[in-house]
Amino acid sequence: MKKYLMFFKLRFATGLQYRMASVTALTTQLIWGIMECLAYKAIAEAMGTGLPMEYSSIVTYVWLKEAFLALFLTWTGDKDIFSLIQNGGVSYELCRPVSVYTMWFSRIVGGRGAEALLRCVPVLICAFLLPGTLRMGLPVSIEAFVLFLVTLVLAVGVAVALCMFVNMLCFFTISPQGWRMVLLGSADFFMGNVIPLPFFPERFRKVVEWLPFPYMQNVPFRVYSGDLPVAELGPVMAKQALWLVILVAAGLFTWKQVEKKIVVQGG
Amino acid sequence: MSLRKSISLYIRYAAICVRSIMEYKLSFVLMIFGRCMIAFTEFLAIRFLFDGLTEIKGYTYGDVLLCFSVIHMSFTLSELFGNGFKVFSGIVKSGEFDRMLLRPCSPILQVMGTRFEIGRTGPLITSTITLCLGISESQVSWNFLTAFTLLLMIIGGILLFIGLYMLGASFCFFTIEDTSILNALTYGAKEHGKYPIDVYGRGVLRFCTFVIPYTLVQYYPLQFLLGRSTNWVLGLYPVGVVVFLAICYGVWCAGVRNYKSCGS
Amino acid sequence: MITMEHVCKSYKVAKRKAGIGEVCKSFFRREHEVVHALQDVSFTIGEGEMVGYIGPNGAGKSSTIKILSGILTPDSGSCTVDGRIPWKNRTEHVKNIGVVFGQRSQLWWDIPVIDSFELLKEIYSVSKENYNRKLEELTELLQLSEILKTPTRQLSLGQRMRCEVAASLLHEPKILFLDEPTIGLDAVSKLAVRDFIKKMNREHNTTVILTTHDMQDIEAIAERVILIGKGQILLDGSLQELRTAAGGQDAQESLNLDHVMAALYKKLDIM
Repeated sequence: MKKYLMFFKLRFATGLQYRMASVTALTTQLIWGIMECLAYKAIAEAMGTGLPMEYSSIVTYVWLKEAFLALFLTWTGDKDIFSLIQNGGVSYELCRPVSVYTMWFSRIVGGRGAEALLRCVPVLICAFLLPGTLRMGLPVSIEAFVLFLVTLVLAVGVAVALCMFVNMLCFFTISPQGWRMVLLGSADFFMGNVIPLPFFPERFRKVVEWLPFPYMQNVPFRVYSGDLPVAELGPVMAKQALWLVILVAAGLFTWKQVEKKIVVQGG
Repeated sequence: MSLRKSISLYIRYAAICVRSIMEYKLSFVLMIFGRCMIAFTEFLAIRFLFDGLTEIKGYTYGDVLLCFSVIHMSFTLSELFGNGFKVFSGIVKSGEFDRMLLRPCSPILQVMGTRFEIGRTGPLITSTITLCLGISESQVSWNFLTAFTLLLMIIGGILLFIGLYMLGASFCFFTIEDTSILNALTYGAKEHGKYPIDVYGRGVLRFCTFVIPYTLVQYYPLQFLLGRSTNWVLGLYPVGVVVFLAICYGVWCAGVRNYKSCGS
Repeated sequence: MITMEHVCKSYKVAKRKAGIGEVCKSFFRREHEVVHALQDVSFTIGEGEMVGYIGPNGAGKSSTIKILSGILTPDSGSCTVDGRIPWKNRTEHVKNIGVVFGQRSQLWWDIPVIDSFELLKEIYSVSKENYNRKLEELTELLQLSEILKTPTRQLSLGQRMRCEVAASLLHEPKILFLDEPTIGLDAVSKLAVRDFIKKMNREHNTTVILTTHDMQDIEAIAERVILIGKGQILLDGSLQELRTAAGGQDAQESLNLDHVMAALYKKLDIM
């Protein structure tokens, strides 16, 4: 545990060192969030009562998305670890007396966590201070907030497990970078990064709900604002947990194959 | 160096980049396909939103699609030509820029030439399709002048984005710190430029006119294109981007001068 | 051919300290420090000379090379190369110089070497006859015929360095700068590169300026050695004079050059 904490600390310190980087990142995220909120405002006005999600919930969704961006990065994140597999640096990892899958899993979670923590504070402060219709709301209830945290943890688990699974799968192809982009690029849309899931047409959404994608950021961000009522959360959380188990199992299985391949080929 | 010589040299550089990429054909195809698909999901998002909408602030589905396609096309083409400026901090850090200064031709030509990235053209497929959709569904009455306006918008957009990349690259000469603030302005414009700028309200409209002149290639010509204004001069507004580009070029030159006096 | 007079150059660098507290502090305020890379550097190099430019890391070698090649403008002092001021009229100046960086490549990674050469021909506007003649000469001297059609990424380091040297000479420069040209090479390639440089100097009267940490390079190539330390020229003379300066009398003669240099660096206190 101590070494993972070390990793977290290191990431945090490096993050602080680049002050320009943090200022620019914050500015970028604020511009992004504000523009998105403004667009949804116009859409809300045009749709009137037909809006599938309350405007205030959308604003909250947008700001949470910006604040916890680092937690749910798909194909742009975790490059360092997966370049290890490709350039043979993985042999070093295999020499260490720990389970590689567990270690990588925690390293990715730690890395994303540190990054998110560094970024979410200024973003959230600004989001709470913005004027009028751009301001982010407080959680609807204490239960909702607690469940937000619980589902957030589950969601990060699902997201990381999925990324690891896909990345290891791509290792078996000739062009891992290309496949990663194709597979994880589309995940962005299905997990509600482009538009929130309630905006999907009914039938399309029903299909998507059979996939692991809606059990990432979609759940906690909507629980927070009450768009996903606490009462209906039981089955959703069960599905989150189920997908977590499935994806970890799939990841572990694939990792075993990767390991075999590395041992046979010599890296 | 004469213009003709420069262009022929640029083409040679570009040809080498294309050949290099073709060494990895599968990767190239996947890159094209992946980027095309990501752009497609953005189109899908607009399609879904318009399920419950007839218009946003007077813009119909076709109008928004037109706007989306123009911005995406400009952005993709600007990435194709101007990618060297986007990755410029890497070029400086690796010492490649020193090498460029040792060549008897313009550094701009070399920066643009050595990073001609045909692999980024995937979204062009999507935006061509959406442009056709937009053209058939929007309220535009097509004639020579409106078609010309559309062309000007795309070209103006390319130049505007390249100007922004150049501005971002110039910062690398003055500071070693992260300068991705300009990414917010380029990616942001691509992302949010899919709606006509007045959708975002007066404040944003002002920013996009007086700070970074996005409205020159999007809002104003669009007013003429969609028949919201009969003033055909609005259709020529994209030409104004040249002034912006000249300013960016000035900053770049100042940057090169500073680089030579400070080293790296 | 080359004159440098009273050239000075200094940089401002940000100070960084360790520790989270210091990092947080520097988040708000940064201190700067002025580093004098070159202080009053003067020398003259005649046409056709072969000069070894040596000194410990950070002594100011690369600043000098950058100034001479027109990439860097000095703070004060004057400098002319072949009658031109390098940082003014850059394009004209760089047509006359060739530069080899041992640690960086100027060849395109994924395409055959010959295609890189063709592009360089266009960049330097070399006429077809001159290009063909030069290519033939270089191919023969550096034994490139086997490897010209191979993509750069598949070449060994030695093969690649031979191509790098050839690439820098395609436009027949009068002056050649070599920055650690033999770094990481095996014995055969090292000898080949050295022999070639000497031959170029003999046949075309090319002026050669060589920076290196490999003292055998210096011994093999340089007739004259300029030693720089902490931004100042400390010694300018033959290799023999260098040995004498190191304080080595008879006993030191038998020591190899690396020891001589180490003794000299220590004695002059420039490490």
